[in-house]
Amino acid sequence: MLEIKNLHARVGDKEILKGIDLTIADGEIHAIMGTNGAGKSTLSNVIVGNPAYEVTEGSIIFNGQDLLSMNTEERANAGIFMSFQAPIEIPGVSMTNFMRAAVNSRRKAQGKEPLKSTDFLKIMREKRKLVEIDQKLMNRSVNEGFSGGERKRNEIFQMAMLEPTFCILDETDSGLDVDALRIVAEGFNKLRTNETSALVITHYQRLLDYIRPQFVHVLIDGRIVMTEGPELALKIETEGFDWIKNQQ
Amino acid sequence: MKSEQQYIELYNEVNQLIKQKSCEPMNAVRDAAFQVFRAQGFPTQKLERYKYTDVPTAFAPNYGISLNSAAINPSQYIYSISAAPIDIRPYYNKIADAADSITALNTALVHDGILVYVPKNENSDVPIQIDNHLSGNISTMLNRRLLIVLEQGAQATVIINDKGGVHPDDISFLTTQVVEVFCQPNSHLDLYEVEETDKSCSRFSNVYIRAERDSSVRHNSITLTNGLTRNLCDAYLVGENAQLTLNGCVIGSESQHIDNNTLIRHCAPQCQSDQLYKYVLDGHSVGAFAGKILVDKDAQKTTSQETNANLCASPTARMYSQPMLEIYADDVKCNHGSTVGVMDEAALFYMRQRGIPEAEARMLLKNAFMGGVIDQIPLRSLRDRLYVKIEKRFLGEYEKCEACRLCK
Repeated sequence: MLEIKNLHARVGDKEILKGIDLTIADGEIHAIMGTNGAGKSTLSNVIVGNPAYEVTEGSIIFNGQDLLSMNTEERANAGIFMSFQAPIEIPGVSMTNFMRAAVNSRRKAQGKEPLKSTDFLKIMREKRKLVEIDQKLMNRSVNEGFSGGERKRNEIFQMAMLEPTFCILDETDSGLDVDALRIVAEGFNKLRTNETSALVITHYQRLLDYIRPQFVHVLIDGRIVMTEGPELALKIETEGFDWIKNQQ
Repeated sequence: MKSEQQYIELYNEVNQLIKQKSCEPMNAVRDAAFQVFRAQGFPTQKLERYKYTDVPTAFAPNYGISLNSAAINPSQYIYSISAAPIDIRPYYNKIADAADSITALNTALVHDGILVYVPKNENSDVPIQIDNHLSGNISTMLNRRLLIVLEQGAQATVIINDKGGVHPDDISFLTTQVVEVFCQPNSHLDLYEVEETDKSCSRFSNVYIRAERDSSVRHNSITLTNGLTRNLCDAYLVGENAQLTLNGCVIGSESQHIDNNTLIRHCAPQCQSDQLYKYVLDGHSVGAFAGKILVDKDAQKTTSQETNANLCASPTARMYSQPMLEIYADDVKCNHGSTVGVMDEAALFYMRQRGIPEAEARMLLKNAFMGGVIDQIPLRSLRDRLYVKIEKRFLGEYEKCEACRLCK
């Protein structure tokens, strides 16, 4: 699915990723944990092609394609989706119009005709129920006046609409109460298929109770310094990162 | 040769002909207007109200002048000024600013015009549409005149559509327009100007509005594709409880130049004015908005809101914004504000991450920005038409004349 080799990236003059190697196979869930400023969000932004980040070295291959030569929307339409840590408000663009543009762009990239309006609304309705998101939010501008929980749920709703094959959950648990976290995580679990892969970025074990990774990586100072099974997340939850740092 | 010289010579040559083709009330003020123009010449950018547009240069090319009358099928409420069913002398050139050189030149050269006249307590249920097509094989100057008179209790919706047409690339057009609007007590006017000509066109429009007691006027000016646009609008709220909405939306790209200059004068107490002008500028386009709200000493309990919001969608676009408030009364509620921003990069990235191509994402954001002005238009058919036009304009798919029978 995804193969990252020796990835270096920076924002402005500041080098943040200093040689990341990471391979994610079809259907695998990988978690990345790490201290603040370690580069977790930079890694996810680089994978999806945020133009604010500059890759200086290394490669990312996604299903055989050279990801770094593709622009943001091409990567999205190839099946990559990021659930944003802080979803963006877009005043004046309704959720419905936003989703219609996104779904039809995806279809166009796949060589399909745009969805008929009635079909589109039907799919919206089905997916909305899946993640328990209120119809009234669909008539509002994107994320405008949404609570923190509604925004995160809205991210999972968009994932449901776009049916990506590779999902990045960038601190989806931040700002969520326990109930909201459960709904969001269960929504994600319902949506994923055996082929869907995911990269889950989190500070805490909590989310991983619901979305169970096969691998947990620890990112410190722009490098992956440790990779183990899910038990590593539990150990970090109780002991923090210092013992890992001390091993370096 | 100074720009004005050719117009002075033109007037000396053709004024007898113009007078023959015109009517007495228009001829009565013609020579005096010409004298004002001759004495002043074109306004330069040293004049406060013309600081953002180089008028002499715009008038410098050698334009032919058209003395053909527009074909008007007299129908209910719409007439040629020369065949007016009422005495127009109390209205014609009465609120137009005689000291403005462009108004003076228009008054000197115009030989006929359109009168919209709605008698007391009548209501033009169907919007009155005035379509102007610019086409031809020689570069031409057109001078237009519009007089709108709504008697007490009358209601009307007037839509002015300016369209381009098929013409050779080296042909250009210059339009001057003077509009005078008289809203008598308790009358209601919606006046829309939808400009969708092309970049070879220059437009100088002066609109003057007089709103009496309990009347309401909504003026909405939409600039889409014209090359050089200069719109001046002076509105006078002269009777208690008059209401004015003065809105505009501007889309600029390439090297378009769009200058809106407005004055809203609250002369009477308890009037309300709302103003919202929005610009989206791309390419090398230049926008200017200067709007003054003037509240007279006796205009107590005035409420007034002036907003100018602008989006510079390209780094080479320029916007000049100048909201002004001058208050001589002591019990008023007035706000004014202006913003100039750039495209929201975070929103663009978010949309692109969802697979929306950058060009479409930009279009959606620009559209959303403009929505605030168009949403306020009460006439649904026009609102829907404008949404489509604006979206096409942002996508660069603008057909300059999609509904035009002349070009098909």
